[in-house]
Amino acid sequence: MKYVISDVMTITKRQLLQLARIPELLVFSTIQPVMFVLLFRFVFGGSIETGQPGGYVQLLMPGIFVQTVAFTLAATAVGLAEDMKKGLIDRFRSLPISRGAVVIGRTFGDALLNILVLTVMAAAGYAVGWRPTSGGLSIFLAFLFLFMFGYALSWIGIYVGLAVKEARTVQSVGFLVTFPLTFLSNAFAPTTGMPKALQYFAEWNPVSTMVAACRQLFGLKNEFGATANSWPSQHPLETSLLYMVLLMAIFIPLSIRKYKNTSN
Amino acid sequence: MKSVIAEHLVKTYRNGEVKALDNLSLDVEEGTVLGVLGPNGAGKTTTVRILATLLKPDSGIATVAGIDVAKHPDKVRELIGLSGQYAAVDETLTGWDNLVMFGRLYHLGKTASIKRADELLERFSLTDSARRPIKTYSGGMRRRLDLAASLIVQPKVLFLDEPTTGLDPRGRQEMWGVIQELVKGGVTLLLTTQYLEEADQLADEIAVIDHGKVIARGTSDALKKQVGGERLEITVENTDITKTQEIVSRISTSAIHTDVRTISAPVSTGSLALMEALRALDEAKIHPLDIALKRPSLDDVFLSLTGHVAEEEVIAQPVKKKRGGKK
Repeated sequence: MKYVISDVMTITKRQLLQLARIPELLVFSTIQPVMFVLLFRFVFGGSIETGQPGGYVQLLMPGIFVQTVAFTLAATAVGLAEDMKKGLIDRFRSLPISRGAVVIGRTFGDALLNILVLTVMAAAGYAVGWRPTSGGLSIFLAFLFLFMFGYALSWIGIYVGLAVKEARTVQSVGFLVTFPLTFLSNAFAPTTGMPKALQYFAEWNPVSTMVAACRQLFGLKNEFGATANSWPSQHPLETSLLYMVLLMAIFIPLSIRKYKNTSN
Repeated sequence: MKSVIAEHLVKTYRNGEVKALDNLSLDVEEGTVLGVLGPNGAGKTTTVRILATLLKPDSGIATVAGIDVAKHPDKVRELIGLSGQYAAVDETLTGWDNLVMFGRLYHLGKTASIKRADELLERFSLTDSARRPIKTYSGGMRRRLDLAASLIVQPKVLFLDEPTTGLDPRGRQEMWGVIQELVKGGVTLLLTTQYLEEADQLADEIAVIDHGKVIARGTSDALKKQVGGERLEITVENTDITKTQEIVSRISTSAIHTDVRTISAPVSTGSLALMEALRALDEAKIHPLDIALKRPSLDDVFLSLTGHVAEEEVIAQPVKKKRGGKK
């Protein structure tokens, strides 16, 4: 057990090496979020009235940040499923390494990639007029929230990857889950226009609470999307934190156990 | 001493629908090579996965170097090397990256990992491609790298699951050479294969398995004897057939068989029978077009044991069942 840290680091390093060996991977993982920033900013930005100073892009950026880290779920799941398919996980499991190291290492690798992606997006956002108005600490906290949210979802990704096994299926499942979740939220449009039942869902949707939390931390009044006086829309920071803790408390032990019992 | 023991292993999939292992028992003497020979879906991979701690049997006991694989998988993992039929390495990384990574996972330390990686690349003639991503390797190179990865720490027992499946003849020859070198070094090896020739070449002893059971075991020679002894085969000109038949029937122990111009018959004295036949033919001024002492191939062994040819199963088997067996 004394090798846990070194095992985890070796696995994480492997993912970073992959990026170094195939720089295209890096380009592709940053190009999509940047594209979203540009599309939403210039396609919808002109026609959506927000009443916020600074325009739609101020509301948009937190939404796209959250959406992008939400895709970590699929990224982790696909990466793991591919490793399993190629027999690499079998090889790892036949080595005398600590039990959780392979999956912990992968979540770390994906988390590190998220730091990079968030940085690139922030730069792209800045370039198209995004200006957070809160202080440096709040902005840092917002990014910490985003980072942790991505990390928590990564653990669901581990579970999904181990359960579904087939990389292509995992990819589809990932998108089927992530797309509705990110759009049935306050990320891109106010929830007030949705049917009542959907509104209810959207308010409790962790994506919404995360977006609301980030908006708040970036110094926006949280009116775009906060529809009712429900608890999550009143307390987005607390709700988001609760969601993250809950997800990790459930999925870390569950995924590690699943890994130990999985045979390809 | 037995390095590997499997006793009464049973493994079923999909709630008992597919029986991958059906009371399979085998063992490997320390320092020897056991070839596990069988068609696709016979249970070879399942057996290896259980012995290499990747899979738990439904019942039965397996030990490696005296350690129970189900009870102390961690200890077993320190003693074994495993190389599967798919190259289980990170294809985006270079060969060198991979070996260093595995060295680190064997807790070798950074310098030692690098040193070991360089050694193994040299030994498996991969030094020139060490800095290229595995994706660019040929099938044979991949397998060699995969094998190298299983030898980072000199394993007590090595499991090779179909090490040459899918390789071209040259890649196969190279792989055989590499494995033979390893065997000379004294490693205990359990090797699975669908190729009869491969088991014949590499294994001290062969266990033939079919439908999750060992149906025969012994040395290659013993298995061949089990099927039947050697046959003398002589091909002659049409005019010499009758005389040759007379000669052969004097030497042979039982009925002779004539197929066009080839006369064949079982013999019990091996090369003596061959020499006797040559002398008699010479005396009778008959020049044989061809003369040989034929020993039964493992193909014959498989056919007589299972009632079907080994390769035939590959095509005949539905894909679903094949996958079940591979799990």
